[in-house]
Amino acid sequence: MKELVIISGKGGTGKTSLTAAFAALSSNHVLCDADVDAADLHLLLAPQIKQQTDFIGGSIASIRPADCTRCGICIEHCRFSAISDDFVVNSIDCEGCGVCVTFCPEQAIDFPPQKCGEWYISDTRFGPMVHARLGIAEENSGKLVSLIRKQARDIAEENGRELIITDGPPGIGCPVIASITGATAVLVIVEPSVSGLHDMQRVVDLASHFRIPVLICINKFDLNPDMSATITTKAGQAGLQIVGRIPFNPAFTKAMVEGITLTEYRQADPDLLTLVSTIWQTIVQSDALQKKQADSILPIINI
Amino acid sequence: MIISVASGKGGTGKTTVSTNLAVSIDREVKLFDCDVEEPNAHLFLNPEFENSTPVFTFVPKIDADRCNGCGKCAEICRFNALAVLGKKVLVFPELCHSCEGCRDICPEDAVEEDARELGVIDSGHRNGIFFVQGCMRIGEAMSPPLIRHVRSYARPEDLVIIDAPPGTSCPAINAMKGTDFVLMVTEPTPFGLHDLKLAVEAVKVLNIPCGLVVNRSDIGDRQLWDYAVQEGLPILLEIPFDRSIAEIYSRGQLLVEEVPSWRPIFARLYDAIVDTIETRRSIQ
Ligand code: SF4
Ligand code: SF4
Ligand code: SF4
Ligand code: SF4
Repeated sequence: MKELVIISGKGGTGKTSLTAAFAALSSNHVLCDADVDAADLHLLLAPQIKQQTDFIGGSIASIRPADCTRCGICIEHCRFSAISDDFVVNSIDCEGCGVCVTFCPEQAIDFPPQKCGEWYISDTRFGPMVHARLGIAEENSGKLVSLIRKQARDIAEENGRELIITDGPPGIGCPVIASITGATAVLVIVEPSVSGLHDMQRVVDLASHFRIPVLICINKFDLNPDMSATITTKAGQAGLQIVGRIPFNPAFTKAMVEGITLTEYRQADPDLLTLVSTIWQTIVQSDALQKKQADSILPIINI
Repeated sequence: MIISVASGKGGTGKTTVSTNLAVSIDREVKLFDCDVEEPNAHLFLNPEFENSTPVFTFVPKIDADRCNGCGKCAEICRFNALAVLGKKVLVFPELCHSCEGCRDICPEDAVEEDARELGVIDSGHRNGIFFVQGCMRIGEAMSPPLIRHVRSYARPEDLVIIDAPPGTSCPAINAMKGTDFVLMVTEPTPFGLHDLKLAVEAVKVLNIPCGLVVNRSDIGDRQLWDYAVQEGLPILLEIPFDRSIAEIYSRGQLLVEEVPSWRPIFARLYDAIVDTIETRRSIQ
């Protein structure tokens, strides 16, 4: 079984629209939306939820005023300044370390586990999908990402599905690390701008740090052909395969407004559809995805 | 006064708005790039960097001579950063949240202070703007401590603009909380609206006044305007899609410098923010 994680570093490069288009072009796969903080894939795939489960993240401290003697020991131990002078825990600031709970001489601090979100197993017109919703202002997104990736793997194994297509989150922090560790390959969707290049380099460094092979796709390449050329050169120097270049095309947004994938959008330019389909074939046949994990050891790349 | 520029969805033009706003205001401004995972504002502002300081966080180091292997440190650690194997304590520094519970609990005083690098804080100037950014170390998972470091450069009398990370979870919350206004940059597409709603809910939890900038305002559909009316969110600026704006952005240039007619528009955006804050204060 293989897992392709589609990431971008920078948001708004067209990652989710492309993930959905690839889902429509692929077969025998499981879909996973690991962008749990701002999940959008469901807006194009209209999943029918079959199973819904609460996500219990960390715990948060809560002081029972009736039992508190106001000794101040908890405030001394809290490194996150989460306890006010009148002994109330600010749930947004609380890191859930539980140190105050251990040290309170009166055992006056509760530490209930928090429901931090929900995750779902669903059916879509393009196969099974695992997705989630992290609660507003919640932590532990990395833990939730790991959990749904594991579910996607289990479903793939049980049903003999050979590929997991994962829509990853933006950035390079904990949810991204949780999305890519142990994946077969990552596909980075980059747009040709100074920030696109900058963010691509950081996310490529991150993937290399975890020794995961990287593929690059340039989206809206014609918005800045010079920058697209620079990205191509830098990727080439780093030995990264460019799987394709997609021109700017309003069809992506129009399909999104209709709640469908690009491949289902009737007015889409046939050349664009052919291009996206060719790119998907290139990805499927790429060395990064075809090689076995063991012999795809990458050097640490700094491009 | 601190204005945070945020967005639920990434790539909606948050950095475009924060940088152009900062250079259009006719007074001294501090611009903080708190999108520490992917800091981009410097690419547009091109400040002269004067300082670059690595930032560290506490992680434990066990003094094997003192340690008696009692396991109390591993027991208090809620983040699986410590494990006791036989009589030896193993530290997994990348999992540590720096709560220092292990140090507080150790009966033998065997937990010493070590450090993990979170990233680097760069600071410098460009014309009247004092610029600070956090740049998270590749492989570091936790951005909130670095975001809090960047924010520690604010003085109460300053006018600060924060370029916040996208999303609604801990990094975005750490960039927005305690600010006086959240300027939410969005685009009128189903993804843009969906993620905006989540971000607005987060801002409600923080109880901060909020206004919208609609970028690429003529793509997508009109549902965003209905939502804004329904939520009572003022739309302070609309920027239409224009290929030349996209190209200026792609080259790392500032809109107000390439097309000077935009400068007064961003100056008025600042006035509108100040008005919104004052109106809300007078209502309360
Ligand atoms: S340590 Fe316990 S008793 Fe003391 S102030 Fe805190 S909650 Fe109250
Ligand atoms: S659990 Fe940790 S962060 Fe939360 S209030 Fe207690 S000491 Fe502070
Ligand atoms: S609490 Fe102190 S003495 Fe006990 S195992 Fe940990 S380091 Fe060693
Ligand atoms: S500082 Fe806190 S999180 Fe880090 S190892 Fe010690 S107990 Fe665990």
